[in-house]
Amino acid sequence: MMAVGAALAFWLATWALNVALARSRWRKARAVRIAVPVIFGLAVLVLWQGLVRGLEVSPVILPAPSDIAVTFANSTETLWEDFVQTVLKGALSGYLIGCGVAFVTAILIDRSAFLTAGLLPIGNFVAALPIVGIAPILVSWFGFDWHSKAAVVVAMVFFPVLVNVVQGLKETEAMQRDLMRTYAASYWQTMLKLRLPAAMPFVFNGLKIATTLALIGAIVAEYFGSPVKGMGFRISTGVGRLAIDLVWAEIAVAALVGTAFYGIVAMIEKFVTFWHPSQRVG
Amino acid sequence: MHRALPVLAVLAVLTAVWYLGAWRMNTPWALAQAERAGQELSAGELFTATMNQDRPRLPAPHQVATELWKTTGDMALRGKALSKRSLIYHGAITLGSTLTGFALGVALGILGAVAITYSRVAEMSLMPWAIVSQTIPIVALAPMIVVLSNAVGIEGRGVPKAIISAYLCYFPVMVGMVKGLNSPSHQQLDLLKTYNASGAESFFKLRLPASMPYFFTSMKVAIAAALVGTIIGELPTGAISGLGARILIGDQFGTPLAIWAALFAAAILAGVLVTVIGGVQAVVLKRMGMAR
Repeated sequence: MMAVGAALAFWLATWALNVALARSRWRKARAVRIAVPVIFGLAVLVLWQGLVRGLEVSPVILPAPSDIAVTFANSTETLWEDFVQTVLKGALSGYLIGCGVAFVTAILIDRSAFLTAGLLPIGNFVAALPIVGIAPILVSWFGFDWHSKAAVVVAMVFFPVLVNVVQGLKETEAMQRDLMRTYAASYWQTMLKLRLPAAMPFVFNGLKIATTLALIGAIVAEYFGSPVKGMGFRISTGVGRLAIDLVWAEIAVAALVGTAFYGIVAMIEKFVTFWHPSQRVG
Repeated sequence: MHRALPVLAVLAVLTAVWYLGAWRMNTPWALAQAERAGQELSAGELFTATMNQDRPRLPAPHQVATELWKTTGDMALRGKALSKRSLIYHGAITLGSTLTGFALGVALGILGAVAITYSRVAEMSLMPWAIVSQTIPIVALAPMIVVLSNAVGIEGRGVPKAIISAYLCYFPVMVGMVKGLNSPSHQQLDLLKTYNASGAESFFKLRLPASMPYFFTSMKVAIAAALVGTIIGELPTGAISGLGARILIGDQFGTPLAIWAALFAAAILAGVLVTVIGGVQAVVLKRMGMAR
């Protein structure tokens, strides 16, 4: 019970600290804006640790964060192998192919108003469908190795990216396009200098959605057959043989990779669309 | 008609591509069968042979449609709509979990949005984590949640599936509602202040009504996400009922037709759910005088 009490006391103390920080006159400062959520996250971890230890929860149900950290440190080799198999080979290659194909398709479709009118509603509909369901079909077509995982990822990211790029290419106003015409700009000049830059906020919106979808696709596809490595494989077998701490370590890797992947795309977005109102600071 | 024509044309092209794909992908098996039987196939015979296989690599559209009809409408006509082999039964299971998860997620999202709108501490500590939570591939957690809820004594899969759905759909609702609750202008808020309106009054009479357009838009995203969450929750081994489980079982027993039928049933379900919310949105916004 001591541990539970201490954890609760820590929680209250950090919450009070956060309240004080949020009311202080430094609340607009960058350091405080980062510190507050970090402190909150830390408090959640401490509360978790205290509850698991204090209430003596079985490690088969919920291991304490410290146990997960130890497992994580002890099995870095396995985790790295799974990371390479699932993220680098499966998710990343599928992401690049899927987004690339969607981008090119969008630019081709955009030349025909008829195709755009036909594909946009369909694309919007398909983007909302549970496409992960085709994972078993693609695994049986492309085999157990990472190729089938990449194929699932391609299928999952294609429509969200396509819809966003097509939408983005419509962003320019008639005035702006007319201006380009008075400059005697060719189709590709207008495309490269006006329409693609204007489309970038939408493109990155699609690319950011696709990062999470890519990881989900690569992991789910491994539930349907995989060589004896990969994050999805490790999670589904780990649950089976009650190696729950290893499963949590994989989940931690998945969370870190997901956040980093999203963060990298968001950083590139910041660099490319620095002119957009949503990027203004303050 | 003006707007349906391009959509229909694109659909026709997609179906044609699909038939072509079915022909190409099923040819090797049809050829092997013919060779074993010692007969030569003409091009026409080969084409029909690729269209009617029992376990095709890619079933033709009409095969999927037949299978879908056989497991839904046909069974309903024979009075076995709720038999365990009918997709209506499995669809209902999936629909139940989806709606539970959706209700849970929407409630969480609204609560989070209210907390974020009214408390700066909540905004500063919760918002970054809410964003991070969406970059975590939830499926990684799916088998975990199933085991956890089993361990704490919850029978069946309804609860874990609903949790996964709720996790996926709370975020769009929360973000939409934060935007919506903050959409009244300063002038409008000031006006309520001059009326001496209390906090609760300004919430229920100004902020909440003003957030409705945002609310419905994010509900449409959320219901689709909830369905995806439920189906993912049904995919890890062990599930026996639900559309996701049909996909899993179809994979294990090597019956591609069952997988495709379940996939299309899921797609139809998603379409129906989004349409229903769209309909409610149209009616409610019209009665509130906010129709666009």
